[in-house]
Amino acid sequence: MTPPITIHHLIALSGVLFSIGLVGVVTRRNVLLILLSLEILLSASNLAFVAFSRSLGDLSGQIMVFFVMIVAAAEVTVGLAITVLLSRQAGKLNADELKSLKW
Amino acid sequence: MIHPLLFYAVSALIVASALGVILARHPMYAVLSLVLTLFGLSTLFICLHAFFVAAIQVVVYAGAVLVLFIFVVMLLDMAPEIVFRVRSWTMISLGTALGFLILWQIAAASLQLKAPAAHGPAADGTTAAVGRLLFTTYALPFEAASLLLLVGIIGAIVLAKKKL
Amino acid sequence: MVAAATPWIILFAPLFACTGIVLFGRKSKRFSAALAIAGMAASLGLSLLALLHSLPEHAAALESSLPWVDLPGLTLEFGFLLNRPAILMSLVVTGVGLMIFIYSAGYMAEDPGFPRYFAYLSLFAFSMLGIVLANNFVTLFMFWELVGASSYLLIGYWYEKPSAAAAGKKAFLVNRIADFGFLIGILMVWNLSGMNGEGRTLNFLQLEERIGHLVASGAVSHGLLAAIALLIFCGVLGKSAQFPLHVWLPDAMEGPTPVSALIHAATMVAAGVYLIARVFFLFWAAPEAMSWVATIGGFTALFAASLALVENDIKRVLAFSTLSQLGYMVMALGLGGYVAGIYHLTTHAFFKALLFLGAGSVIHALHTNDIWQMGGLAKKMPATTLTFFIATLALCGIFPLSGFWSKDEILTVAFQQCPILWTIGTLTTAMTAFYMGRVFCVAFLGKPRSHHAEHAHESPAVMTGPLWALTVPTVIAGFIGIPRYLHHAAETGIHVEFNPLVAGISTLAAIGGLALAYMVYARGIQPGERGRAVLARLAVPLTRKFWVDEIYGWINRNVQQRTAIILAWFERVVIIGLYVNGVAKLTGLTGSLLRTAQTGKVQTYAAILLGGLGLILVLSLR
Repeated sequence: MTPPITIHHLIALSGVLFSIGLVGVVTRRNVLLILLSLEILLSASNLAFVAFSRSLGDLSGQIMVFFVMIVAAAEVTVGLAITVLLSRQAGKLNADELKSLKW
Repeated sequence: MIHPLLFYAVSALIVASALGVILARHPMYAVLSLVLTLFGLSTLFICLHAFFVAAIQVVVYAGAVLVLFIFVVMLLDMAPEIVFRVRSWTMISLGTALGFLILWQIAAASLQLKAPAAHGPAADGTTAAVGRLLFTTYALPFEAASLLLLVGIIGAIVLAKKKL
Repeated sequence: MVAAATPWIILFAPLFACTGIVLFGRKSKRFSAALAIAGMAASLGLSLLALLHSLPEHAAALESSLPWVDLPGLTLEFGFLLNRPAILMSLVVTGVGLMIFIYSAGYMAEDPGFPRYFAYLSLFAFSMLGIVLANNFVTLFMFWELVGASSYLLIGYWYEKPSAAAAGKKAFLVNRIADFGFLIGILMVWNLSGMNGEGRTLNFLQLEERIGHLVASGAVSHGLLAAIALLIFCGVLGKSAQFPLHVWLPDAMEGPTPVSALIHAATMVAAGVYLIARVFFLFWAAPEAMSWVATIGGFTALFAASLALVENDIKRVLAFSTLSQLGYMVMALGLGGYVAGIYHLTTHAFFKALLFLGAGSVIHALHTNDIWQMGGLAKKMPATTLTFFIATLALCGIFPLSGFWSKDEILTVAFQQCPILWTIGTLTTAMTAFYMGRVFCVAFLGKPRSHHAEHAHESPAVMTGPLWALTVPTVIAGFIGIPRYLHHAAETGIHVEFNPLVAGISTLAAIGGLALAYMVYARGIQPGERGRAVLARLAVPLTRKFWVDEIYGWINRNVQQRTAIILAWFERVVIIGLYVNGVAKLTGLTGSLLRTAQTGKVQTYAAILLGGLGLILVLSLR
């Protein structure tokens, strides 16, 4: 009989998701895909919040998730607008080449 | 809490599609993988009795935010050629190492958690319950969040204009 | 009658004169001369007053000082001590100085820089009086250096002449070397004065007491005292031009002749001798040092006299003569003859100044310094000739002139204390007589040897007046009781009585020298061929001044310059290159290294951010 699913499993899953998202942020070259990996990071934290909310019996965790989603939405909006601008003005979306902020 | 089998299946789906996001070549595939991830997460939320957030995750997150992503991908017409594969090994190894480090820390931290008594008062995340909380205790953050959205909208419009 | 302000007025009157000339007298010759002479006259008058005040038996020395620095552990004062030697010396300085000032008004009448000259002269008088009157080492040293600076200005007065400028520089540098030793000596005295646990002091009267106590209690080693005394003697070596720092004095004749009279005959070079007298208690406590002092003095006397034998420049002969007489004085003090040394200092000032002024008179009339261009001046310039002759006799020590008494006292001290030095002294007397006789016979007797000499005429009264005025003390200074005056003050030192044997031998030596000179130069009796050849060979080292200047030049080029080059290299490479520039380069390198983190790429920054997060997690979950 497999052991029951406890909070540890959920946190582990959240951690894995977070790491995956982290690798994505650091590794991918396309700006859009970096933003996408950022979303995974946020989702991982959402999962952690909900898991704790469930295990502690406090609904504040789910309220937090709500707010995280709002913030994610706003951030994506602006981020994508910038991406569009970048592709229009710089002509490319390669994060390696966008280093004019060096000094 | 959840039935173990269901949990492992859904987790596998989530992890696989998350890996798909970061490994996909075409951005369209990446976005669609993320959609899949979010669906898996929603399922988990429902299993955890967080009905409201599960719903809005599908509706808002997957339904609006990711659709926006798809819009942009199509707008910018990113053909696979434009997408570059993950590049230099330094960054890959650095990133992976970092990922493992964080993972290890989270695992270590979680081991220190004491398993709570069997799930406490069944705090179901129903819409009514969440809404009640939202409009009483967390009314101020709620209003602030709406302000944030307003700012985001204005920002997006300003940025996207051809000339100001 | 004599107020506490007396030393201050004596000292500052010439300074006011100098300031007055600098501020107001630049255009007018008469005004600057008058002001300078008035300043000196005022000082002279007050010195006479002080003399009168000090004559009664019980009269105390007058000390007046201002506290200058008053910190715990360091008290310095700026003050003056008018005791008997000081009064005597100040009379000499102001009296001879006044004569020279008046003389200069005539000698320098055509010189365009006339006001500048008198300003410098007054400044010099101020500095010299400062040395004479100072009551502690610090004030003394200040004025000592000031005298060095004034003499530099005066020697290089005709600064457009390269040789004059070089001579001024040489004098200053040689004195600087000497003053280095002097300063170390002063610092050691400073240290010594506090050995009994009392506060340290540099005041002469207090030091006299303390060193007396220290010696009596045996708390201080004789070696230390000797070292200090010798270091202070270093200063004397420079100022009084003793061997081996005598090299600047002959060159210093580049200055105008009244300047030579003032500073290289009567006053500045006497400062060294005066210093020994002032701190005689220090030397008296260190017999080993005294023997060194006496030896150097005796050696210098003989050495300089030998160099004077072959000189053809009248001023240089007198310069070497001064060196030689200073050697006598130093020798006297080294042998313990405090009174003898100061006595000779006083009389020497008179007749040497007279000799220089006389030489100046001749130079002014003939426009040359070379004695072989002179001749037959006895008829053309009677006043100059007569005064010069009297001064020569005084210098040679002929009875009853002042030089006889003072030189005799020195020789008697030497006879008592150290026969070797007495022999050297007597030999030097003979040589002195010979070379002075030579100069007199060649320059004043015989036939005129040049066009100028034929048409020479006597100098104006403004110049011959001081000559006569100086002749008076030259003749009578032996009779006015200077030794008795000084004995009252001196508790230390050797007292001697008149010794007819010594007197007789020295007079014989002098007369012999004069007679020989007369025979050779006036009568023309020459030694034979072989004799002349031998003498010519002997004369070579003398004319080359024993190559001392060349040796110094060699040392300077090879030792000092090379050391300087090495040190300069060290500074350039190690200190500047390694430390200063190195630090700068290191900073630059570090900056470049750190700059590599600024890639401008967002992902790098994100990675660093997340790395930091990981670090925080690691540290907080520990």
